[in-house]
Amino acid sequence: MNLDIWMRENPFAYIWFGSYAVAFLIFFIEIVLVVHKRKVTLQQVRMMREAADENEDEEIA
Amino acid sequence: MAINWFKYSAPTTFYGLAGKLIPWFAIPAVILFAVGLYIGFVVAPIDAQQGEFYRIMFIHVPASILSMFLYLVMAGYAALGLVFNTRLSAMMASAIAPTGALFAFISLWTGALWGKPMWGAWWLWDARLTSELILLFLYLGFIALHASIDDPRRADRAAALLAIVGSVNVPIIYFSVKWWNTLHQGSTIKFSGTSMQIAMQHALLTMMLACWFYAIAVTLARVRSIILERERNTAWIEELPEVRS
Repeated sequence: MNLDIWMRENPFAYIWFGSYAVAFLIFFIEIVLVVHKRKVTLQQVRMMREAADENEDEEIA
Repeated sequence: MAINWFKYSAPTTFYGLAGKLIPWFAIPAVILFAVGLYIGFVVAPIDAQQGEFYRIMFIHVPASILSMFLYLVMAGYAALGLVFNTRLSAMMASAIAPTGALFAFISLWTGALWGKPMWGAWWLWDARLTSELILLFLYLGFIALHASIDDPRRADRAAALLAIVGSVNVPIIYFSVKWWNTLHQGSTIKFSGTSMQIAMQHALLTMMLACWFYAIAVTLARVRSIILERERNTAWIEELPEVRS
């Protein structure tokens, strides 16, 4: 069906799926990326700390 | 009691404050989005000229305003970092950029979806649309430039210059509908008042607040990761409970 006709017959579906669903999907992806970044960064910092602790232990030994 | 605001200009103290503030912005954002959508789609009446299509406004206008305002905030932080060499300012600028870029993209995307039924075209090289597209490219340029330089302090300075120069584009976007003969409509809400129906005003204001709260929450969450990454070799990071556990 022609999009022009479809959007005029189903304005709510056009508005919802076209703009609001896209906007909220973008927000959701951004939140997932921020949470993932935090997990990865925390993991890296913990690994660095563990490596530093092991080095200290080796030096003492 | 006087509050020492400079106390929170250091990453050490701001990291904890940001963590405490996130739920205070994230939870109201969710509630405000729900309320705003309810008012916008259920309470607000149909528009006499645009029919149902005007309801795109409740996401398009807040996204557009935030894309411009976040750019100015980002440029402000970048300038502070450049002038005073403060670490947190540059980190805040880096944290704001992706959110600002996404709001600029949402503004352009929803604008295209609004333009098609109203103007008969998804895109026009109109002054308002083109300057908003330039804003998106400025955000992407800031992110790309920052990512392309290995030394974070040098990257901060280079990206700050781009952000400051690019801020000239924001008043151009805002006044484009006055300076040029454009297809894009002018401001409906002015300092002198508005002709907008009251439920439409409430929906727009609620969605605007929701977007604001969302942007603040997600920026604070992102800046915490940036602080962790940049300060990972410092003693205070090692003492954090989430790092020790």
